[in-house]
Amino acid sequence: MSTDDENQPASVEEQTPDPKEPPPSGHESGRFGGVLREIVLGNALVSVLSVVLAVVVGSLMILLTDENVRDTVSYIGSRPGDFFSAVWTAISDAYSALFRGAIYNTNVEGFEGRIKPLTETLKFSAPLILAGLGVGLAFRAGLFNIGGRGQMLLAGAAAGWVGIGMDLPLVLHLPLAVLAGALAGALWAGIAGFLKAQSGAHEVIVTIMLNYVGYYLVFYALSKQGLLQAPGSLNPKSKPMPESVILPKLLGDRFNLHLGFVIALVAVGVVWWLLNKSAMGFRFRAVGENPDAARASGINVGRTYITVMLIAGGLVGLAGANQILGTATSGITVDLDAGIGFDAITVALLGRSRPLGILAAGLLFGGLKAGSFSMAAAEGIPVEIVLVIQSLIVLFIAAPPLVRAIFRLPKEATA
Amino acid sequence: MSTTAKVPVPVDESEPAAVPLRTALKAPIMLGVVTLLVALLIAFKARSGKTTFRLAADTDFFDLPEITVPSTATVATVVVLLAAFTAASALLVSRGRRTPVWLVALFAVLAMVGFLAWAAAGKSVPVIGLLGGSIALAVPLVFGALGGVLGERAGVVNIAIDGQLLFGAFAAAIFGTVIGSPWGGLVAAMLAGGLVALVLGFFAITYFVNQIIVGVVLNVLVIGLTSFLFGQVLAEHPDQLNAPDHFGRIPIPLLGQIPVIGPVLFRQTILVYLMYAAVVVVAWALYRTKWGLRVRAVGEHPKAADTVGIKVNRTRYTTLLIAGLIAGAGGATYTLVSVPQFGQEMTDGAGYIALAAVIFGRWDPVRATLAALLFGFATNLSGVLSVLGSPVPSQFMLMLPYVVTIIAVAGLVGASRPPAADGEPYRKG
Amino acid sequence: MTLELRGITKRFGPLVANDRISLTVDEGEIHALLGENGAGKSTLMNVLYGLYQADEGELVLDGEVRKFAGPGDAMAAGIGMVHQHFMLVPVFTVAENVMLGNEATGFAGTLDIGAARERVREISQRFGFDVDPDALVETLPVGVQQRVEIIKALSRDARVLVFDEPTAVLTPQETDELMGIMRQLRESGTAIVFISHKLREVRAIADRITVIRRGAVVGEASPTATNAELASLMVGRPVELTVHKEPAQPGPDVLVVRDLRVLDDTGHTHLDGISFSIARGEVLGVAGVQGNGQTELTEAIMGLQSHVRGSIRLGEHELVGRSVRKVLDAGVGFVPEDRQVDGLVGEFTIAENLMLNRSHGKPFVSAGTVRSGVLEEFAQRKLVEYDVRASGIQAKANQLSGGNQQKVVVARELSRDLSLLVAAQPTRGVDVGSIEFIHKQVVATRDSGVPVLLVSTELDEIVALSDRIMVLYRGQVVGIVPADTPRETLGLMMAGERPEGTAA
Repeated sequence: MSTDDENQPASVEEQTPDPKEPPPSGHESGRFGGVLREIVLGNALVSVLSVVLAVVVGSLMILLTDENVRDTVSYIGSRPGDFFSAVWTAISDAYSALFRGAIYNTNVEGFEGRIKPLTETLKFSAPLILAGLGVGLAFRAGLFNIGGRGQMLLAGAAAGWVGIGMDLPLVLHLPLAVLAGALAGALWAGIAGFLKAQSGAHEVIVTIMLNYVGYYLVFYALSKQGLLQAPGSLNPKSKPMPESVILPKLLGDRFNLHLGFVIALVAVGVVWWLLNKSAMGFRFRAVGENPDAARASGINVGRTYITVMLIAGGLVGLAGANQILGTATSGITVDLDAGIGFDAITVALLGRSRPLGILAAGLLFGGLKAGSFSMAAAEGIPVEIVLVIQSLIVLFIAAPPLVRAIFRLPKEATA
Repeated sequence: MSTTAKVPVPVDESEPAAVPLRTALKAPIMLGVVTLLVALLIAFKARSGKTTFRLAADTDFFDLPEITVPSTATVATVVVLLAAFTAASALLVSRGRRTPVWLVALFAVLAMVGFLAWAAAGKSVPVIGLLGGSIALAVPLVFGALGGVLGERAGVVNIAIDGQLLFGAFAAAIFGTVIGSPWGGLVAAMLAGGLVALVLGFFAITYFVNQIIVGVVLNVLVIGLTSFLFGQVLAEHPDQLNAPDHFGRIPIPLLGQIPVIGPVLFRQTILVYLMYAAVVVVAWALYRTKWGLRVRAVGEHPKAADTVGIKVNRTRYTTLLIAGLIAGAGGATYTLVSVPQFGQEMTDGAGYIALAAVIFGRWDPVRATLAALLFGFATNLSGVLSVLGSPVPSQFMLMLPYVVTIIAVAGLVGASRPPAADGEPYRKG
Repeated sequence: MTLELRGITKRFGPLVANDRISLTVDEGEIHALLGENGAGKSTLMNVLYGLYQADEGELVLDGEVRKFAGPGDAMAAGIGMVHQHFMLVPVFTVAENVMLGNEATGFAGTLDIGAARERVREISQRFGFDVDPDALVETLPVGVQQRVEIIKALSRDARVLVFDEPTAVLTPQETDELMGIMRQLRESGTAIVFISHKLREVRAIADRITVIRRGAVVGEASPTATNAELASLMVGRPVELTVHKEPAQPGPDVLVVRDLRVLDDTGHTHLDGISFSIARGEVLGVAGVQGNGQTELTEAIMGLQSHVRGSIRLGEHELVGRSVRKVLDAGVGFVPEDRQVDGLVGEFTIAENLMLNRSHGKPFVSAGTVRSGVLEEFAQRKLVEYDVRASGIQAKANQLSGGNQQKVVVARELSRDLSLLVAAQPTRGVDVGSIEFIHKQVVATRDSGVPVLLVSTELDEIVALSDRIMVLYRGQVVGIVPADTPRETLGLMMAGERPEGTAA
């Protein structure tokens, strides 16, 4: 994986050259020293610095495209104060808008109104966490799940189909719809796992291609009367979801935060247990780190690929269900994934494919997303700035030596 | 990089292979499946009426007549012919030979004629428009695929083709407008594609970051960057920044007047002619020159290349840069041809189709080009058929490139073997 | 051309791989560099070849100090290398491989493949090689591939030629032929560096021997030195070249293999109807040059091969057609030939590696959950029992030395109730101390009544440990002979010659 950032010395072994074989390390500093070193040299710091770097670049972009800054730069020689105040204004306005949109809005009256942005952040983070878990889990088993988009679309369509196609009480209907979503996502991802197990077809290619196949499949169903298209409509969109499948609001109707966030938290716990405590997770990780050794140890690698993709797709499918049953309930469309399928990759990478890391990364990106809308509304900064910051974070995180070089940190200790 | 060498076991050649060559068997099977599918068309949904194929363009030396055929009878004839081809292929394979490429090509054309005769029953098919439009649609795919082939032959997986196309399109729009010439736009597009390639190289080659991750992330970055700048700058000043001149059609004398071939191939824009040249040059350079030999060596066995004094990472950088320039030129197609204006996410994932063409074309420039043309054809066909009101939903036609690629990587058609060191960063020692 | 290395030091972080090594090789001389695995031989040669830069010391060619920034410089200076792992592009032809990096070109960089073909033919003729310039390298036998490597070096007019462990993959006959080629080169004035850890070969061909240990030169020896002298110089203490073991007390046959055939996916035969059996308390050694079906044999027993016919009976169980897990459950212990690839998960801790093939149930897993307490206690015990030198059970496997990694694998396999032990190349790339330890474990396993199938390409190891020896050649059994069969006979058998009076 990308986070492979070791700077081990090259091979000094002979006969079976082994680039990963430093001398036996008999010395290890004390437990506490190790923790300190981990903080200073380890991955956590690199993650934080990567976010800082990305935000700096994002700020530069805001500055470069800010009218006032550009105007004042033309006479920076005569009145530098204007320029610097314009810079300050542009940056502080942008980030305070971001803060107001993502965490705490000081511009409105009443605690409920002020705290609402935070609940929006949680709402946006739920699908990111779920889909991020799906991508991260696959990563841990050595599989790239780039098919989040297709899995979410299929899952959304399936959950929505159960939603509009049946008439059941909420206690049955909602779980059924969520399950249908998870199942559809699982099956769609399972195709990639199956092909990988059967013929070694590279899951990157297959999942990318399945994104498009899924897109056109759902598009077709949405443009066809009798399938998913709303009766009498010409648009590729379904009927809105009935009340009985809509995820209940957690904090009453004044907030949009819904049960999806709880599902995400539960999923974090389950995946954490799966990866760190369960025998199945042990096998997933063994296959991810060394499929040959796993096979020679009696682990069925092909079946593991299929299982992993099924679970991963199921998690991404939950994200799709979360969208159609909680966030965008007005009807199935081909845009229901809202880019989350790809965002999930960045979430998983920022979270280093560890469940708690994914939770944190999901919250961060959820906050950025929530804040980006208020930045756009208040300052006219296009929401795509988030995409830029997000992708830069991932690039930096994937190249720790680069971040270390930029901040002039010591090299990571070997061994 | 260097694990213990797995030494091939000496093979007893005298003994006939116990398992028949499975790859050779795939051809007749695939042909049989297609034959069956075409037969199913008339079996389950026979369409009455006649189908007309329009072949003439008013610039031709002489006019080809329109060909009108009865739909069902034509399909039936085609099915018989297809079955004969399949039988021939099966016979060849049973005698231990391979199915020749010309047979497959002829088969494909026939199957397509049959399909069109069925799909456009009662209508007339504008053959020239269908084929010519396919070429136009395929241009960015071909450029992108060529860039992809070059990168992967040098051992760098390039998922960022889409980013290169999009950034190329963006740069072409701005610089085409500012400089006031589409040529300026084209150069800018190439440089933009090259820039994305260098960033890919910087992370993938210098910092050993997983190439797939860099590629995917770069695509998102380019979408974010172009959309951000579009919203912040281009949308505010469309006339100053987003209204480039565009390349017109340049009919080639004589060649352009040959019926069918002329209007399809030789009455196109300069970008199409550049594409022809690019295919030839890339194929020649890769297989016939010293540079190409080294590129391939670096992609297959970088350590071996290193031990004979070839600078592996430098070779990868230069190859990637050239690949980026080529893919960038493909991006120019979006903003310098028919609708000279940049729009957000306007490539709509074409880079992924180009990637599909790379794989379907088995990492070979000519095959990848043919795959890209096929995919362009599928896209254009879906448009033409939906205008004609065909019984096949356009979404299924649009799905085709992706489905075909899945089938290809699943090993159902032929054996595809990527360059051995594809995706592997090279660390010295 | 005379090559001189003066005080070469090469460090990797805190590790000193080469410590002030000095060495002279004269024109028309074969100078052997002898040392254990990991002694620093290959590092030194990589410095010489420009792949590494020395931290200290100089490299002198014909009295002139040279600096190589890369292999290109070294080659230009007349140094050629025949690599242990051939540096050939498998999908290229012989001519393409030979010209790579040194291409003759025509107009606009067009390759002149004709010139390259001619060069291959010319050099082949000079040395009596039979090499087709247009053959794809991947289709050539190993011995021929090595010749392509030699042609490649000679086509660049190498005056100093380094052979890095060149005999590891050769039959005894091919080894003899290679020695002939090396002598021929010596006659023509080439300076040759011959890197090896095989005492016999070094003594057979070298004019001078330099022994290195732990990165430093520990002495020079003459080819007349005895094996024992060379070995103790190499290891730094007297080495027991023999393994002490009591005569076997074989019981009834436990493993019975009948007419075993293994094909690969392309339909090629790798094992062609072999039959043998192993008794309780017996070590059957499988001798042969690498690539004659040994890998396929062990993998077929383990259920790792997909096209297997015939029968492998272990006690009551038929193993053919079983999954790996079922085979393991039947009590088969497996030490794979490449521990990095098949034996260990490098990123896993020692503890995790110790439960690698027991993740489906007791004792380490219950109700789908890993019992970390049980695992840690177990790992702690095995760490001591098998003398694994590591910072603790949480150390990652890829932080261990080769010997300690192998001890982890052996510990894992021998901790289960075994009915058969399959050990493939159990001491490859392992230091002498660990070799002795592992050998003792194999003998102890035998003495506890478990049948052992030992595969090794090191004939010495086979002879030392086995009770009977089976020789494989091209996927067939040449013969099964007693352990005291003369080496010369075994050598002939490894080349496929069936001596009289032996049963197949």
